[in-house]
Amino acid sequence: MNKNLILYAAILVFGITAPFIFSAFKVQLSILCVLIVLALTWNIQGGEMGYNTFGNILFYGLGMYLCASVQVGMFFPLAEWTESGGEKTFIHTPTQFFQGMAAGLIVAAVIPTIVAGLIGYAILGLRGHYFAICTLGLGVAAGEISGGIEIIGAGQGFTTPPFPDVGGLEARGEFFYFLSFGALVLTFIAVRAIYSTRFKLILNAIRDNEDKAEAMGIQTMKYKIIGWMISAFFCGLAGGIMGGLVGYIDSTDVAFDGREMGVFMVLMAILGGKGTLWGPVIGATVFHIFKEGFWTFFLGWQYVALGVLIVVIVIYFPEGIMGWLREKFPERFGETIDEADRKAQVELK
Amino acid sequence: MDFMVFQYPMISVQACLDGILLGILFALIAYGMALQWGVMNIINIAQGDLVILGGYIAYFMYLYGIHPAWGVIVAPTIMYFVGVGLYKLVINKVVDRDLFISILATFGISILFMQLMNFAFGADVVLANSGYGTTFLFDSAVVLPNSKIFSAFISILFAICLVIYMKKSKLGRAIRATAQNARAAKILGVDTEKVYAATFGINAALCGVAGALISITFTIHPYMGLPYTIRSFMIVIVAGLGNLPGVALSGMGLGVFEEFADYILGTEFRIGAVFLLLVLILVYRRFKLSRKREYLK
Repeated sequence: MNKNLILYAAILVFGITAPFIFSAFKVQLSILCVLIVLALTWNIQGGEMGYNTFGNILFYGLGMYLCASVQVGMFFPLAEWTESGGEKTFIHTPTQFFQGMAAGLIVAAVIPTIVAGLIGYAILGLRGHYFAICTLGLGVAAGEISGGIEIIGAGQGFTTPPFPDVGGLEARGEFFYFLSFGALVLTFIAVRAIYSTRFKLILNAIRDNEDKAEAMGIQTMKYKIIGWMISAFFCGLAGGIMGGLVGYIDSTDVAFDGREMGVFMVLMAILGGKGTLWGPVIGATVFHIFKEGFWTFFLGWQYVALGVLIVVIVIYFPEGIMGWLREKFPERFGETIDEADRKAQVELK
Repeated sequence: MDFMVFQYPMISVQACLDGILLGILFALIAYGMALQWGVMNIINIAQGDLVILGGYIAYFMYLYGIHPAWGVIVAPTIMYFVGVGLYKLVINKVVDRDLFISILATFGISILFMQLMNFAFGADVVLANSGYGTTFLFDSAVVLPNSKIFSAFISILFAICLVIYMKKSKLGRAIRATAQNARAAKILGVDTEKVYAATFGINAALCGVAGALISITFTIHPYMGLPYTIRSFMIVIVAGLGNLPGVALSGMGLGVFEEFADYILGTEFRIGAVFLLLVLILVYRRFKLSRKREYLK
């Protein structure tokens, strides 16, 4: 416990000082925070509950559009804003910007949660691959439909309000970094708190055998929906922050980007090791570093690399980094192994 | 929203005929999907990308001066080997595992194919012009391109050939046996590995035919694969595995639905409508099944 406390303190200190030490990488660090949030929330479904969803991107994109719409709509007519296509006919004052951002983030977190509750009631009864494909369909449908709605920019995209003139680019980077780092800390604390309660055990019971869990008297539907709502809350928040960070929202390329973000979150959680607390964090960090390296050096081939990466990770490395560590050092994970068993294994090798 | 369809009955007839001809193509793709889903228990997200790849084969024949209709024979031949190669490289490692692994792995293949096609063939929307002319029905109120009729005819021909092949040939029997019980088939001397490879190859070949026909009839684009996957998945779950008339009927139904959605909601919502329909069908299925479960209680 004591060791853990030191670890958490070290990470917190690193997180707070990081933008000043690596000031050139502020945007990258903020994106990393968002990615970790997404991986952590995906893990609630895919890892703990055994419901492999491609649809968390729905809440991410919804949060992104909602945050930006509220931020603009609070002060200016939304339709004219998107009509002007990012030309600076309307300018947010700093107070307006921050007020709008705060209100926008709240809306961006709350509404996806409600949506998750409603949709969850309808589709969480699906099992296995039906659920996976259904959520895949939901994500793509959301992208296609939002690409046809005029008031949020339709196909031409939606420019989020530019950062007000307080301190220039440095301040913008720091603002968004601390926003996303705050979201990350919040998510991590929440997820950690959930995982130390009975709730996690119920989710695991659903994953291991849903019918049996139901027979034991657990209202599985209720817990599945609550789990999804928690995911949606943080996904929406992450989406809202990401929208402001990127500065431009496109329906299929930024918001409901099932081909990038939607796959990334699955991949990161699996790479790190699904069903563990730290797995998604490690997976997202490794993935982001790898991705940035690859994306820079092999520009244009990134999707090819992504496709190959997915196939390789899924086929050869489905247990992830944490699973591999667990197999290597079982003692660290509080597992005891019979000495005779180990000897037998060594002899087998 | 545009309700012209209902005010002018001839537009409805047009939409229905278009939809049915389109739906037959969808049914052909869905047949391949059902085949490999039933035999190997794999959901192939890259199905649509195999279709598009087949389409590009026909398109390139057209570019080099060969009539694209010959693509109907060339594309499946090439795609069969693509499918077998894909099986040997990736799919054989996911056959016996969790369905989600296969979904994710084939999703990776889909992204890979999409991007490779984008590099190789460019991001333009292309079509292979067959030069078949058009047919006018009902005093020119209904216009049907002959290429659509041709493609529907070829699809039906291929489907019938395949059904007969599956019934009569040795490999077909082996495939059906493996679908029923892979372990028993193995005990009785069926080389299931070979059967799986052949099944995936046949699936890819069907995709190749469909793709070649699509490139003649409609347009193809490297990123258009996923909707075809979703359509075929939808048709298969509506019809059920191993229900061929059902696959054909629900394929046509989907085609008609799409044409009407196109007229009523506008073309920009067409793909969105397809995906929403999938969600609705799955939700309907869930509530229907849960009602059944309650009844059992």
